[in-house]
Amino acid sequence: MASTDVEVKRQEKLKARPGEQTGREAAVSEDAAESTFAEMDDFERAVPAIEFRDVHLSFDDLKILDGLSFSVQRGETKVILGGSGGGKSTAIKLVLGLLKPDSGQILVDGEDITNFSEAEMMRVRKNFGMVFQEGALFDSLSVYDNVAYRLHEQGVPEEEVEQEVRRMLRFVNLEEAIDKMPIELSGGMRRRVGIARALVGGPKIVMFDEPTAGLDPPTARTICELAIKLRDLEDVSSIFVTHEMNNVAYLTSEYAVVNEAGEIVFEKEGERLCLTNIKILMLREGNIIFSGTDEQLRRSEDPYISRFIRGH
Amino acid sequence: MNIATRTLFEVQETTLLAAGAARRLFRRPSYINEMIQQMDAIGVGSLPIIILTGFFTGGVLALQSYPTLKYYGAQDQTGMLVATSMVRELGPVLTGLMIAGRVGSAISAELGSMVVSQQIDAMRALGTDPVRKLVAPRLIALLVTMPLLTLIADAVGIGGGWIVSSQLFGITSSAFSSAVWRGLTTEDVFGGFVKSFVFAFIIGAISCRQGLKTEGGTVGVGRSTTTAVVASSIVLIVADFFITKMLQVILDTV
Repeated sequence: MASTDVEVKRQEKLKARPGEQTGREAAVSEDAAESTFAEMDDFERAVPAIEFRDVHLSFDDLKILDGLSFSVQRGETKVILGGSGGGKSTAIKLVLGLLKPDSGQILVDGEDITNFSEAEMMRVRKNFGMVFQEGALFDSLSVYDNVAYRLHEQGVPEEEVEQEVRRMLRFVNLEEAIDKMPIELSGGMRRRVGIARALVGGPKIVMFDEPTAGLDPPTARTICELAIKLRDLEDVSSIFVTHEMNNVAYLTSEYAVVNEAGEIVFEKEGERLCLTNIKILMLREGNIIFSGTDEQLRRSEDPYISRFIRGH
Repeated sequence: MNIATRTLFEVQETTLLAAGAARRLFRRPSYINEMIQQMDAIGVGSLPIIILTGFFTGGVLALQSYPTLKYYGAQDQTGMLVATSMVRELGPVLTGLMIAGRVGSAISAELGSMVVSQQIDAMRALGTDPVRKLVAPRLIALLVTMPLLTLIADAVGIGGGWIVSSQLFGITSSAFSSAVWRGLTTEDVFGGFVKSFVFAFIIGAISCRQGLKTEGGTVGVGRSTTTAVVASSIVLIVADFFITKMLQVILDTV
């Protein structure tokens, strides 16, 4: 009896040993990989997340974009300002490949996607999150299924899906709405579910198409806070299309940090820190009329810009 | 674009859409659940109207043909006339028109609203191909359920003719049924089957295309729904003529 026990234990040890070794080896190779990734990451950070090179687009005789060139760096938020019909939303649709430009190049992570087929675009789109103007939730699906959409399509096991959906809904502070249908939600809640859906799978590039249009100021502020959290805490590159100046004020003057208690707090930019990961681009009739920081924007003497930011 | 170019363009785009849907059928992920849901909505959901219209059409066929047949002393042939008319012509065409009205409009309205509320864009942005997820399941569901619905319409129509003949005109059930069996041929059933298959394709392709090309907000949805129903009904009736002629030549039934 006793000898059998000893034998069993010896075998267990033997079994355990290769596992331990593998674990150690894995740790070593992980370290190595991490340092390689870090180098690669540094190198890759120099490549812009999104780059437009002389992009032209017109519908019939109407010119929408007239030689648009700009880039969005890694971890940077680019606010695209401009009046209605200025080509702001079009620029986002071009990045996603929902539209194709007449001429020019669009690069995502240094890869020219201009002539990609729909099938190739599907692969690129996996790295994107897109928040639509009105949320664009699927009416026939519940909040849970909307947020889980991407994971369901990929055939992820249901337990993981639920975990991820709950995590995303907590991120937008809407976990209680998980079983509701989109029709039962308010405008602001729909946008927040839209944001949660866009963020599933941890996309490194997120685009916001007027996410605060038609919302009350507190809700609009919540949505800006989400964009700030993504920028400062998740290292996400994003394009934030808007025509509302108070959005710009939040995005350019506040940043998110995690305090000692582990809570996320928003602090004002000031003497301690100056935000460099936010830039503003202003479009008018398909042309860039301003590109720079918010301070430069406020100092601009262009009559159109000053009328746009002050309303008169 | 003038009307001829526009029509030609639409024919091209509709064909390309249907071909695209067919090509994507065999790629993963396959949307079996969507297909089954659509079959339920299109097939089971349309049963009541198909049964009602089929029954009364068969009934009215008997009502109309009996006096004429009686004039020639051939009133016992009522069953034959009802059966051949239903199976060859009225079953497929009426089912087609009813489905164009009920399902074609629903498909184009649903897809159209999804376009105007940016849900199609959202779907593409999330990495799903709308043709594979939305068009293919609807097309397949129509192709599977239409022949079955037509078969039911035929059967119920003959039943309607039998009730009218036996209850109003005093034709015995055995005389009616033997006339039915005498009249019907395999070619008739096969022809009806081919027709319903083609009609399903016409309705599905046109409705999906009209839905997906919707533009201009809610007004646009109304417009594409109307176009879907009108265009598929017209194309269906025109196609019916040519299929009939083609089948007559191929099956040598003239």
